[in-house]
Amino acid sequence: MIINGVVIDATFAEAFPMKATRAIITAQNEKWAMISAQAMTGFATSVIACGCEAGIERVLDPSETPDGRPGVSIMIFAMGGKGLAKQLETRAGQCVLTSPTSALFAGIDGGTRIALGKNLRYFGDGFQVAKLIDGKRYWRIPVMDGEFLTEATTGQVDAIGGGNFLVLAESQPQALAACEAAIEEMRKIPNVIMPFPGGVVRSGSKVGSKYAALGASTNDAFCPTLKGMTKTDLSPEIESVMEIVIDGLTKEDIAKVMRVGIQAVCDLGSKNGIKRISAGNYGGKLGPFHFHLQEIMA
Amino acid sequence: MSALTFTLKQQLDQRVDMSPLVCQKLADLALTDIAALTLQNGKRNIRVDELFGITGSDTQNIVIKNSFGKLDFIGKELDGGCITVEGDAGAYLGLGMKSGEIQVSGDAGLYAACEMKKGLLKINGNAGDFLGAALPGNKMGMKGGTILVKGNVGERAGDHMRRGNILVEGNAGDYCGSRMTAGTIAVMGQTGRYLGFAMRRGTLLLWNQPQTSARFNDCGAHTLAFLPILFASFSQLDSRFADSSAAFSRVHRYAGDMSEMGRGEVLVKIG
Repeated sequence: MIINGVVIDATFAEAFPMKATRAIITAQNEKWAMISAQAMTGFATSVIACGCEAGIERVLDPSETPDGRPGVSIMIFAMGGKGLAKQLETRAGQCVLTSPTSALFAGIDGGTRIALGKNLRYFGDGFQVAKLIDGKRYWRIPVMDGEFLTEATTGQVDAIGGGNFLVLAESQPQALAACEAAIEEMRKIPNVIMPFPGGVVRSGSKVGSKYAALGASTNDAFCPTLKGMTKTDLSPEIESVMEIVIDGLTKEDIAKVMRVGIQAVCDLGSKNGIKRISAGNYGGKLGPFHFHLQEIMA
Repeated sequence: MSALTFTLKQQLDQRVDMSPLVCQKLADLALTDIAALTLQNGKRNIRVDELFGITGSDTQNIVIKNSFGKLDFIGKELDGGCITVEGDAGAYLGLGMKSGEIQVSGDAGLYAACEMKKGLLKINGNAGDFLGAALPGNKMGMKGGTILVKGNVGERAGDHMRRGNILVEGNAGDYCGSRMTAGTIAVMGQTGRYLGFAMRRGTLLLWNQPQTSARFNDCGAHTLAFLPILFASFSQLDSRFADSSAAFSRVHRYAGDMSEMGRGEVLVKIG
């Protein structure tokens, strides 16, 4: 398959089951809601070493938030429910409770309930106040700038992590420009996050390493400087490869956002140095969710 | 299916226990069986059809017409369904109500919604003393649900209240929120003496400055983030509380009762 001179490989992205949750952070203005959201989703690019993958889903209009203030919706993904709950609570306590004027609300009403502010209340040292409003429990925790308002729980749901595609370009600036264009469009799609810095990862990995202590190592088949040293997947004109990784609530959400992202890359086309779109997989042995590029773009 | 309607034929001298006429108890009964039920009236029993004209068949939607203030225990432990009272209700209206909705077009007597657990109770007139309170000797009053009173309420509203909302468009009598454990009482009108007497926790939300008390300490003026959410939860009510212009988040906060554990609060609207 070729779109606007860009070859779409006959391969698939391999994804695996995760647990996910969503939280809504509000503040006096969008600037401070975003600062808090960025802190909460920081150092959360990959479960390999961060314990979770997290990202900002979108900015919310005041009319969309529970307290009518500007807000930001964030999502956190982890391999299991226990790990997810721990990450959520730790990050909420250190990054939202501490952030001026912030409030924290559940972003998923159904699912398994996990603690959001339920245990943060103890920070109130006995001065905290519970309010049950419309069946939802809130905690009002006295803090130095006033009161920190948080919903007690949020929902945890089954989700999918590891959707991805690779952008193969003639130069590094062209690869990055294509990925930036893709991310801009992909961020308009709900229920997904792209957890890596700016949504883009330049150090895609393969499973395993020559070093026994490491579970993953550089994806040498896609490293352009190793074209003459390893069993490469790159043709001579490819000088740079970048990857976009996607976590989403459902298979449909990931397929949709992959299509939008790949289309944005293809719109730049071969005249802008974009030569191929590929995807990372492990031969179908690691994850049950397979996103075939040519089916998605059909 | 039209509402099961009980039309009172005459006002009796003695009080009537209406507790058998709740939706869940009538659900499987034929009209003839309902007519044959007996109600306690003073020291005698009286057949339902002797007291009421009965029409309609929807047992989950009950209407009591020509009601007056001696019909006690209307909607006792109501567990789903709707009861509409046209006229006044006696004492213990919605006692221990578990879910569903009760509406009264007139006034309600003592202990309305006492020990209520869930649901909505709406009184278009005034309510007597001990609204949403605990029965005498009991330690736990209203545990959930919402009470809306369009008129005034008597003394000891929310006595021993534990959870839920009491919304009063009019005035509240003395000892409003006394011995409260938690929950919210909102009063748009004036409040009487001894507001929040011995309250442990909970919120008294007031539109007007109450009488000052040494038992409450001034915590200053604040903008509280939970108030817009609380007001938003009233938006579906047929009430002045649902009006967006009634909402506010800027309040003066007083903590008390300091003679008790002092975790309660009186929030008074600013401006």
